[in-house]
Amino acid sequence: MSRAFTTLAQFDGTFMMPKQGSTVSASVDSLFYFIFVICAVFFALIVGLMVWFMVVYRRTPQRMDPTSNVTHNTRLELLWSVFPSLLLVLMFVWGFRVFVDMRVPPEDAYVINVNAQQWSWAFTYPNGTETEDLTVPAGVPIKLVMQSADVLHSLYIPNFRVKQDVVPGRYTMVWFEAPEPTPENKPHRLFCTEYCGKDHSNMNRNVIVLPKEDFPEWLENADPLIGMTPEHYQEYVADPQAFITAHPEYVGLMPPAVMGERLYTKKGCVSCHTVDGKANTGPTFQGIWGRTEELADGSSVKVDENYVRESILNPGAKLVKGYGNVMTPYQGRIKDREIDMLIAYLRTLASK
Amino acid sequence: MSTLNAPAAPAYATAVDTRNYLKASYGPVSWLLTLDHKRIGVMYLVGISVMFLLGGIFALLVRTTLLFANNAEAVDPLITAELYNRFFTLHGAIMVFIVIIPGIPAALGNFVLPIMLGAKDVAFPRVNLLSFYMWMLGTALALASLFFGAVDTGWTFYTPYSTSENSPSGMILVVTGAFILGFSSVFTGLNFIVTIHQLRRPGQTWFRLPLFLWAIYSTAVIQILATPVLGITLLLLIVEKTMKMGFFNPAYGGDPVLFQHFFWFYSHPAVYIMILPAMGVMSEIISVFSRKHIFGYRFIAWSSVAIALFGFIVWGHHMFTSGQSALMNTIFSALTFSVAVPSAIKVFNWLATMYKGSIALQTPMLYALWFIWIFGIGGLTGLFLGTLATDIHLHDTYFVVAHFHYVMAGTIFVLFGAIHYWWPKMFGRMYDERQGAIASILLFIGFNLTFLPQFVMGSQGMPRRYYSYDEVYQVYHVLSSVGSYVMAAGLLVMGYCLFTSLKRGAKAPDNPWGSNSLEWHTTSPPPLENFNGTPVADDPYDYHNLEWDPQIQGFRSKKPMVTSG
Repeated sequence: MSRAFTTLAQFDGTFMMPKQGSTVSASVDSLFYFIFVICAVFFALIVGLMVWFMVVYRRTPQRMDPTSNVTHNTRLELLWSVFPSLLLVLMFVWGFRVFVDMRVPPEDAYVINVNAQQWSWAFTYPNGTETEDLTVPAGVPIKLVMQSADVLHSLYIPNFRVKQDVVPGRYTMVWFEAPEPTPENKPHRLFCTEYCGKDHSNMNRNVIVLPKEDFPEWLENADPLIGMTPEHYQEYVADPQAFITAHPEYVGLMPPAVMGERLYTKKGCVSCHTVDGKANTGPTFQGIWGRTEELADGSSVKVDENYVRESILNPGAKLVKGYGNVMTPYQGRIKDREIDMLIAYLRTLASK
Repeated sequence: MSTLNAPAAPAYATAVDTRNYLKASYGPVSWLLTLDHKRIGVMYLVGISVMFLLGGIFALLVRTTLLFANNAEAVDPLITAELYNRFFTLHGAIMVFIVIIPGIPAALGNFVLPIMLGAKDVAFPRVNLLSFYMWMLGTALALASLFFGAVDTGWTFYTPYSTSENSPSGMILVVTGAFILGFSSVFTGLNFIVTIHQLRRPGQTWFRLPLFLWAIYSTAVIQILATPVLGITLLLLIVEKTMKMGFFNPAYGGDPVLFQHFFWFYSHPAVYIMILPAMGVMSEIISVFSRKHIFGYRFIAWSSVAIALFGFIVWGHHMFTSGQSALMNTIFSALTFSVAVPSAIKVFNWLATMYKGSIALQTPMLYALWFIWIFGIGGLTGLFLGTLATDIHLHDTYFVVAHFHYVMAGTIFVLFGAIHYWWPKMFGRMYDERQGAIASILLFIGFNLTFLPQFVMGSQGMPRRYYSYDEVYQVYHVLSSVGSYVMAAGLLVMGYCLFTSLKRGAKAPDNPWGSNSLEWHTTSPPPLENFNGTPVADDPYDYHNLEWDPQIQGFRSKKPMVTSG
């Protein structure tokens, strides 16, 4: 608890607004505090008058009757209708102008595709690299083109003051430009803000802003599986440890089972499939490799490479008995090499 | 039908039942089959109170879960994510559809509306009883869902989550429940409109109606016009869920944003269904407890109508981030500000009423003053949300949660004030003033402690409907949860105060507060047919005719307002 209280000071922004991380943050905040001041003045006026009247005009046995019998005053009514209206018009116009800036991306914005699903984010860069955290270059306008595989989600980066729902069946778009790189240990936070079911609150990731000149190098090495030639890939699969030692240029490359374990979290398998034998929305992965599963239609199937591959790409094809057809098909959202990695991982989960 | 305009009854007819409505007949059947608007009002009050308690328990469960930041990482947590999601769904659905929407109109409106008009009952007493049973049925169905796969969609039932393959089957029950509750709401609204048109006393012109009735009338217009849209939307939801016809789910060829349009076309006006009756009660209480004529009667009356009408054209402001076009966002933002003006007019008029008044700080007035504070914050924070650029940042965060609690729970505060205000009339007993005041102060402190921190954490980025959250927000959550416990304590004191008053309270005088509207010119509690004689319509806010009488601990009319002839 004491830790929680010391974190009070950890908001890097102002009392009501978080750190300013994008080019629109400052203009949103100016507007926010403008409205805040107007509200504070009106609230002080209303409550001030209320308390004053409560005290001064309190009923006592000596003062049973009011000291005024005024019942209306049209000029006063018009005054307190028209004057606030003018302030409201100002708020609307100001809000509209900032909104237009937030809504219209520059022509040359760098495009990153976003796939949202229960309950993970996937950010896909122009070279095919896919990440769970969003990494962007500083000082470059970024346009996110977003789609959802299942239900409504909403992408929200508080420090950037941007938010946009991700709607199944259509693309939605949001853009921002982060002028400053984030310090090593202080990334921006990214939340899902449209309620999307059980693990809605786990659908949050980090946004890392790199110096503009560091970004291309990061991108090249972000997904070692992607850059690999077919020959290199075969060498890697044949003898991972030797390949990794021989090719330090593939930063972050690890043995397939370890890569698979990461994908298990990254691709969202973890939400429905346990590895400790407990039942969840889907069958457990513990001891799954080589197991014979009884299917919903009464037949049975042995879990091998082909069954795993089919169940990832088209989950409804062979349902294990007792489980519903609720998994989102991964067709088009997972690469063959990634399926290889997942299979390598599943092999390690044989029951002991 | 009532026979109000019949010639004065001959002398021997005054031997009719003058016993009060509570004692006119006995036994459960005499209540369950009653056509008396007062008894129906009391039954509503009991039912709504029970459901409020249930909704409150779910709120406490939500707040208790949120004491801890890392719930998702807890081993075998007492409240799992699935349970938590059900709790906030049930809290929202119960409070909105079952408690606040019918709250003031169906419970208190039913009781006082005909009496304020000098009528014997509402225009259609049987429809009134039917409306109560519709409420019971809708509530029962919604609760039954608890046992058939409880709903975890949030009270908004957003598609496609609510109609997808794996959405709980309890959805169908809850949505059917809400559909039937809608009928209850329409019947009540219809009844009130006809009653106000047809059963006013001769001489009681529109501008001599208590402002509570203007508010109830405006509310009824929204109920009748908006509720059918919700009904049809919910029906489509059920059809989509059961038969997989595509309306809102893209998997079946529908559009999820369309659902949001339909839903908010009702649910935004529904905010005014909730708040307008409260504003009506406010005008009564502020004037009576200031012993001064309401200031700006016509502006308050017309502002109710204006709010009801403007309320219909602003629904799109719930959807600035939904994927709705930028042009639509702009139009809805502009229209939204139009609702702010009539709300502000009301607040200023209440303050002007207090000016140079003779202000008695009794419990109903305390609740009314808390409302000015609470609605002040609730209304003003709405400006951040109507403004496009700031709403994008604040939408679906705790800032919004805090904002709508400041508005809708404001209604609950007035409901409590109204219960204390009309309690002596309803049950013929005075509650303990000190206990009542202590409860109201506890509730006020607890409420602000609960929701003020939510504004800060919301604008700092804390999303709503989160089971686990980043630790930076924890201190605000802890403050908020502590506040909710203080409110619970306040509620216990209030319950104790009201319950004990039924047995031990002093006998209530006819007019304990000194109001000049008609319900205070009959006995406490009123007789079965509301008046032992013929009431005379007068300006309800003119207090010159009333003087304090310490003998009866109440106010006495210098010239009689009910003639025996």
